[in-house]
Amino acid sequence: MKTLIVIGLLLISGYSFAQTAGYQVGDMVKDFALKNVDHKTVSLANYRNAKGFVVIFTCNTCPVAQAYQDRIAELNQTYTAKGYPVIAINPNDAGVVPNESFEKMQTLAKQKNFTFPYLLDPDHVVTKQFGATRTPHVFILQKTPKGNVVEYIGAIDNDPEGESSSQITYVKNAINDLSAGKKPAVVSTKAVGCSIKWKKTS
Amino acid sequence: MRLFFIICLSLITYSANAQVKLLSLDELDKRLTNGRDTTYVINFWATWCSPCVAELPHFEELHRANLKKPVKVLLVSLDFKSKLQKAVIPFVVEKKLKAEVFLLNEKDQQAYIERIDPKWSGAIPATLFIKKDKRQFFEREFTAGELNAAWLNFNK
Repeated sequence: MKTLIVIGLLLISGYSFAQTAGYQVGDMVKDFALKNVDHKTVSLANYRNAKGFVVIFTCNTCPVAQAYQDRIAELNQTYTAKGYPVIAINPNDAGVVPNESFEKMQTLAKQKNFTFPYLLDPDHVVTKQFGATRTPHVFILQKTPKGNVVEYIGAIDNDPEGESSSQITYVKNAINDLSAGKKPAVVSTKAVGCSIKWKKTS
Repeated sequence: MRLFFIICLSLITYSANAQVKLLSLDELDKRLTNGRDTTYVINFWATWCSPCVAELPHFEELHRANLKKPVKVLLVSLDFKSKLQKAVIPFVVEKKLKAEVFLLNEKDQQAYIERIDPKWSGAIPATLFIKKDKRQFFEREFTAGELNAAWLNFNK
C-alpha cells in the first residue's frame, strides 16, 4: 500500500513537473530535426538567412487552432520576408486523436495551401523541450551568434473570435520590436486553448 | 392524459433548470466567500473541447454522489458569450447536466487566466478544488478513477 502511495505521489509530481518545465523567455533553444508533411526533415539550422522564427504548436482538430489557421498563414506571409518564418509543429498524439495523424496533417496542409512547414513531433520530444501546453502556443525565437533565444511565449493575439475592434496582435508586435532591434514590450501572454493530447503511457 | 401532463410538466421544469447563468470572477469569489464550509469543485470546460466533454460525466457523478454533503460542483464554460444560446444551453439540455452550469463572463483572458490560477497556461480542461483557504488546481483531464483519487486526496 505504501509503495502504491509513493508511486502515486511520484506520478503526480512528475505530472506537474512536465507542465512547468520547458523554455522560459531568455533561454537558448536546442535545434530539432522533425519530419515535415512533405517528408523532408526541417531544422532551424536549415534557415541560413532567417533572423529568427515564429514556432507555433498547432494541430488539426482544436477549434481554437482552426480559428487561427488563416492568421498563422498571414503571419508567415508577412514575416518570412522580414526574416521571421513560421514553423508549425503538431504536438498531439494520433494514437489518442486519430484525426491528428500525419496523413491528416498532409491533407490539411494541402487544403489550406500551407506555405510553412507543418511538422510531426513523435513522442512529444520537442513539445516537451519547449514546454508547450496547448494549441495554439507560440514561441518567438531570435537568432544570435550563440544560438536561438526565446523572446516571446504565448498567444497570437487577444482575440480568438477574430471579431474584436480592439485586437492586440501580440506576435506581430513582438516581431516588430525585434526587427527594430528592441526587446518585445510584452514577452508572455496566456490564452485559452486545447490541451495537448499526450500519448497514453500505461 | 394525466401522464401527458406529468411529462409536459417535467419537461418544463427541466428546461427551466437547464439555465446557464453568466458568471464573473467577482461573482464567483463572492459565492466562494459566502459558501463558508462548502467545498467547491470548479471545472473549466467548453462545448468545443473534446476532453472536457468526455470528463463532464465524472463531474456529474461527483455532484450526484455528494448531493447531501456541503459540496458544490460548478461547471464553468469558457465558450464565447455569443455561443450561449446557440451552443451552450442546447448542450446542457441535451446532456441533461444536473450540476450548476455557468458561462464565464470575463473578456480579458490575460487577466482571468492569471486570476483563476497563476500556474494555469490556459489549456482546458482545468479544475479547481476550493475549501476556504485550501485550494488545489489541476491543468489536466481526468478519468473517473483519477478524479475520484484527486478528490479523496483533497479531502484527506
